[in-house]
Amino acid sequence: MNAADTAFILLCAAMVMLMTPALALFYGGLVRSRNVLSTHMHSYASLGVISLLWAIFGYSLAFGGDIGGLIGDLSYLFLEGVGAQPAPAAPQAPHAAFMAFQCMFAVLTVSLISGAYAERIRFSGMLLFSCLWLAFVYCPMAHWVWGGGWMMRMGALDFAGGAVVHMASAAAALACAHAVGPRLSSASSMPHNLPLTLLGGGLLWFGWFGFNAGSALVAGGLAAQALVNTHLASAAGIVGWMIVEWRRTGKATTLGVISGALAGLVAITPGAGFVGSMSSIVIGLAGGVVCYGGVLLKNRFHYDDALDVVGIHGVGGTWGALATGIFACAEINKVDGLLYGNAAQLGIQAVSVAATWAFVYVASRILLKITDVLTGLRASADAETLGLDLSEHNERGYNL
Amino acid sequence: MKKLEIIIRPGKLDDVKAALSRSGVHGMHYAEIQGCGRQMGHAEIYRGRTVQVDFLPKLRLEVVVDDADVDGVVEAVIGAARTGEIGDGKIFISEVLDAVRIRTGERGPAAL
Repeated sequence: MNAADTAFILLCAAMVMLMTPALALFYGGLVRSRNVLSTHMHSYASLGVISLLWAIFGYSLAFGGDIGGLIGDLSYLFLEGVGAQPAPAAPQAPHAAFMAFQCMFAVLTVSLISGAYAERIRFSGMLLFSCLWLAFVYCPMAHWVWGGGWMMRMGALDFAGGAVVHMASAAAALACAHAVGPRLSSASSMPHNLPLTLLGGGLLWFGWFGFNAGSALVAGGLAAQALVNTHLASAAGIVGWMIVEWRRTGKATTLGVISGALAGLVAITPGAGFVGSMSSIVIGLAGGVVCYGGVLLKNRFHYDDALDVVGIHGVGGTWGALATGIFACAEINKVDGLLYGNAAQLGIQAVSVAATWAFVYVASRILLKITDVLTGLRASADAETLGLDLSEHNERGYNL
Repeated sequence: MKKLEIIIRPGKLDDVKAALSRSGVHGMHYAEIQGCGRQMGHAEIYRGRTVQVDFLPKLRLEVVVDDADVDGVVEAVIGAARTGEIGDGKIFISEVLDAVRIRTGERGPAAL
């Protein structure tokens, strides 16, 4: 263990924690004013509940001893033995630091899903679904990719969570949009406060440095490369989205710029520690373009993914996972992709993409069905029309 | 007495207020409203999705004046609020039965 790596991981954990409040602002600005608090609640409730479940059993299921490549064992239940000694997955830092860093990922991933069911879900249903989803979807996914499970053994590359965080939350979001159904008046819905969204998006960008660079788990050259890639891809995402939007509608928009930045960030997440700087620009630029197409999908396929989790995290995450198989370079981090003569890597990435979408979508639909039976999923039409802030939480965001 | 409901462009409030003052009308109130008429709305675009906005922001001023002053006040408002483009607004004129100054109990034109 050394002090520099320990300090680095602790700081990165704090930065990733900030991403959940940032997401609350980002999503909160996109909904109508009568749902701004309920949308924030989806993130803050997750900070509460998911953090506790992570400490009780989640960390152990994800990072405990491998059982058949599918799930971790219960050796770290109640954080047994997770303290000051070196973390098995990051021996240069204390186990507690690594656990806390991973905790923030779990909280953020569960919060990301809320963009799909915003403005119409029952709070009790949201809470139950989130708890079930952590246990039965997130923990297995994290184990498969990072905890020694089958995707890791297969050689799938996912540096900071393209599959575990972004594709998983998007597949769950698609399941939610299908299970919960469209909002009563989705056609006339407009963001009520874009400056909130821009502030949240900007803070997400900041937190993402901890998310991606921190995933190097060591304060060194790889972390620096990941941070540079993260920034360049986000910048390129802005440019990519802006170009296609300007050409298509005749105007560049602030919501487009911040959406493009996020698209670039999502796209570079799986490859942040595997590709070179110039590759990250290509990945981000294309990320902005494909995610612009991604947000249009819901109109064609008629699902009400209210805040475009599928369009940005799903499409961007999928592109990023495949792009990692194309642009990975052994000079950066031991593995070559298609461009450097290793076509097989792209195949492995494609398998991880298909498996993630299929497993998470199906499992999420089952959990949503269970939730619907136990607590109900959807708020009543009256509650939805009144707004979830008043009907679910007895308060209003704005008393001006 | 007549009541004038004066619907104007939001940017014209100061000019109209000044014109009314010059015509001897010192008491008034206004509200921010959303209206639609011959001026078409506009399209807003959020993540590639176009939302047609039909209602545009306007201001509705209300003043009550003596019958003899109506024409002069209308002329003053037109002079201040008119741009010549569609969307300049309208004035609706209606009869007022009585008026009361709450502080003194005065009635009729004396209360204006």
